[in-house]
Amino acid sequence: MDLPLFLQQLLNGISLGSLYALIAIGYTMVYGIIRLINFAHGDILMVSTYFAYFGISVYALPWWLSVVVAILLTALLGILIDLGAYRPVRHAPRISALITAIGVSFLLENLGLVVFGGRPRAFYRPDFLNKTYELVGVHIFSLSIWVPVVTALLLALVFLLLYRTRVGAAMRAVAKDMEMVQLMGIDVNRVISLTFAVGSALAAAGGIMWAMKYPQINPLMGIIPGLKAFVAAVIGGIGNIHGAVLGGLLLGITEILLVAFLPSLAGYRDAFAFILLILILLFKPTGLAGKDTIG
Amino acid sequence: MQQKAIYLVAVSVLSCIYLLFCLPFLSLAGEPIRIGVYLPMTGPVAAFGQMEWAGIQAAHQMHPTVLGRQVELVLVDEKSDRIEAANAVSRLLRKEKVKAIIGSATSSNTMAGAALSEKAKIPMVSPTATLPLVTQNKKYVFRVCFIDSFQGEAAAMFAYRNLKARRVAVIVDRAQDYCVGLASYFKKAFTRLGGKVVSITYCQTGDQDFSAQLTSIPASQSGLLYLPNYYAEDALIARQAQELGLNIPILSADGAQAPELIKIGGKAVEGLYLLAHFAPEGAATPLAKEFMKFFKKTRHEETSGFHALGADAYFVLLDAIKRAGRTDGDAIRTALASTRGFGGVSGVIKIGPDGNAVKSAVILQVSGGQFRYLTMVKPW
Amino acid sequence: MSDQHRREWIYKLCTYGALAGLFAFLLQVQNQADEYQIRILNVSAIFVTLAVSYNLINGVAGQFSLGPNAFMAVGAYTTALLTISPAEKELSFIIEPIIWPISVLHLPFLPSLLIGGVFAALLGFVMAFPVFRVRGDYLAIVTLGFGEVVRVVANNAQSITNGPLGLKGLPEYTNLWWSCGVAVFTVFCVTRLVKSSFGRAMQAIREDEVAAAAMGINVFRHKMLAFVVHAFFAGMAGGLMAHLITTISPTLFSFFLTFNLLVIIVIGGLGSMTGSIIAAVIITYAGEWLRAVEEPMAIGPLNIPGIPGMRMVVFSIMLILVMIFARQGLMGRREFSWEWFCGFLKIGKRRG
Repeated sequence: MDLPLFLQQLLNGISLGSLYALIAIGYTMVYGIIRLINFAHGDILMVSTYFAYFGISVYALPWWLSVVVAILLTALLGILIDLGAYRPVRHAPRISALITAIGVSFLLENLGLVVFGGRPRAFYRPDFLNKTYELVGVHIFSLSIWVPVVTALLLALVFLLLYRTRVGAAMRAVAKDMEMVQLMGIDVNRVISLTFAVGSALAAAGGIMWAMKYPQINPLMGIIPGLKAFVAAVIGGIGNIHGAVLGGLLLGITEILLVAFLPSLAGYRDAFAFILLILILLFKPTGLAGKDTIG
Repeated sequence: MQQKAIYLVAVSVLSCIYLLFCLPFLSLAGEPIRIGVYLPMTGPVAAFGQMEWAGIQAAHQMHPTVLGRQVELVLVDEKSDRIEAANAVSRLLRKEKVKAIIGSATSSNTMAGAALSEKAKIPMVSPTATLPLVTQNKKYVFRVCFIDSFQGEAAAMFAYRNLKARRVAVIVDRAQDYCVGLASYFKKAFTRLGGKVVSITYCQTGDQDFSAQLTSIPASQSGLLYLPNYYAEDALIARQAQELGLNIPILSADGAQAPELIKIGGKAVEGLYLLAHFAPEGAATPLAKEFMKFFKKTRHEETSGFHALGADAYFVLLDAIKRAGRTDGDAIRTALASTRGFGGVSGVIKIGPDGNAVKSAVILQVSGGQFRYLTMVKPW
Repeated sequence: MSDQHRREWIYKLCTYGALAGLFAFLLQVQNQADEYQIRILNVSAIFVTLAVSYNLINGVAGQFSLGPNAFMAVGAYTTALLTISPAEKELSFIIEPIIWPISVLHLPFLPSLLIGGVFAALLGFVMAFPVFRVRGDYLAIVTLGFGEVVRVVANNAQSITNGPLGLKGLPEYTNLWWSCGVAVFTVFCVTRLVKSSFGRAMQAIREDEVAAAAMGINVFRHKMLAFVVHAFFAGMAGGLMAHLITTISPTLFSFFLTFNLLVIIVIGGLGSMTGSIIAAVIITYAGEWLRAVEEPMAIGPLNIPGIPGMRMVVFSIMLILVMIFARQGLMGRREFSWEWFCGFLKIGKRRG
């Protein structure tokens, strides 16, 4: 393994890791506020790619417009799922909420099969992402550059929202102490809805970039990114946004390097995330950063 | 008194349960001849199932009767899954009471179903299961496509003679018997010709990322990439090879001939060669001409290899029933095993007692987003 | 006292009567029904075994595990590798040859099945250490993770499991006697366990772990017991399933299977064995009926396209609705007993 190849793999790892990070934030925000593992998060991502697909390939909209519309629609979907399925079990035992989330996940996957059909569909990739540059023997694929850049921009937006707006302050407050916030006259349900919207929108952004990276989509495509992003969120300490970003990057880079350096273990790459998770929880049952609030 | 009552209740309830469950199952002998079809209508290889089903249906519309009776098709989806395939065949045999079965598209799933068909002594004709193992030691299992020992050899010849390749890298989907089998036939034939298979790496159906397999290739200095897999994997491998700046020709197999290969592969599959069953340019039999016209008229698309083979499975089966004059499994089976010189859509079909069809193959190349006919390979 | 005694004696008799009835019923089905009916009945019986044992860990001990597919996989593979003939193994391992002791082992069905269960139980024992370090949601995720890890290992340990190609040519051993016999045996063992002091301790842990520990209950040991028993029976069920469909591959043991089981125990009622039994049968049959909706139908020139995925859509909606409106499921935590049954029929009521 020479240096150029190593750099190339590192770049791939960062690009994959930023996708995990984007998806992981949704898990972390929702968990931080209502202590629910939103099992359906990966499937929300899947639906978002179909929104974009229909915009581009069926309604022939410009691709950037389709992407924006898809992200907005997905945010709405997140809000609706919360209203329809999670709010009624808000005060039930936590396991009931988890079972509901598993139900929603399977519902989305199979509705996807019913509505979109099981055949994989080709996803459009704009031309400027198709280029390959060569620098001192390193093949750089333009998409691998764009993904981390877009991720960084979106992260900046999230932090602005959380730390520079009143809504963000309310979110952080609800995560700290929901009852107290309620007493102060803030509508907690609206804050939760907004959290779902933001988390789902980020999942959509991650999902659409994922679909551009591996340009075919199918109704079960959200499972693996969803599970891995969840592991990333746990590694970073669930509820902790900085942790989720770090966890995502760590997972993405180690996974790519593992496959690159030990190709014989490539078949185990999907198990790798879980083995990491089990090991981490063995020693730190609350995750690495071990905080339970957004911040 | 009380206890007597309890006894009574217990006994009566138990006998009620007993009667309720033991419903006799009635099956009515209908007038039409029922033919079961099991194909992947959903899942990773759904494109084959849907194309073959379209071909079977068009063939059925052209010739809807045999022995003066209506033919009725019963389709069950095997969901691109081995277990579901076994379930589907069991359902066709036990619940639908079919006289013969057409299916399935892939070798793994056909084998899962064939075991049951063989036990029930009901003949099965597969349109496109090419792995030799499928019909091995099976008296009731047939196919209308060529087999992979021939396909591997033909691909090796084409790679060595026409493409002048001497060193080949292979990426194989190890979740499919068909891919693993075909890769080994190719390797055997190519080595015998004097070439060298420099690396065999594995992937799996449904994989998205092939960077690990592809990064090992430049180091092995190969002049050709052989991909004996299904369309979804081949399309993504081609794309990622291009992204990694790996520009070597690609040769694929019959499992890649689907519109999805071009849709998903885009520019990356331009120039890809593949060995296939059928090309409209090579069709010569009267039935082929008639079918292609009918298919164009009713379905508004050109006949592809999988449409043709689906149709052939139906036509060959119908021809066998006609020659048998009866619909019991053994009679149809005997007639199928003596199919000689049948002018099908995909060429002239001869089926040996081993259940295998002996046929020619065609070489296609993707150019301008279409599969174009290059040449024909005759069986030797 | 004597009255009480007699009553219990009668209830016992009722139980034996019911078993005899079941036996007669199976005999009848075996001789009368067609193979398709028998197959569904086999599947329901296997799901009864699975649901009852799964309910022990999730419903009774209150540890929300999502990894029964791991135990089924281990049980199925172990059993299958022992029953497939050496010649058949030689044939199917085409990528890498099968490793030595497994290649020549060849046992009858019952020992294979039991060994399959024991191997699954061993895995449960080993898993218990990391799994019970965490609780609630984390426990669910860790067990799900183990399920995935087992599947991936089955996919990659080419020379043991034949990887994604799976195993073919398993003898078709599973019949009504096996599937229902194991189901009855499981129900018997698990209900006895639940009624014992161990079972009461498990229920105490479910209600309040801290209080249970304070009362001197060894929490970890009881969780472990529930987990290992669940693993053993899930492994047996995996073996039965494998010899019913006669071909297995890692994809069979995905999270999808766990979801089916979850639907069953939630609808039956978390913590009620009776509920699990009823739900397992109902859901299996409902699944078969709904299959008809998924199948495309060609009636003459008419083409009615099937709606694949519809079955699971119905089940997932059912699961969500049960969680929102009827968290107790069919039975809540109630169990069937002859006493309740007679009371239900308004006879044999206690005086006074």
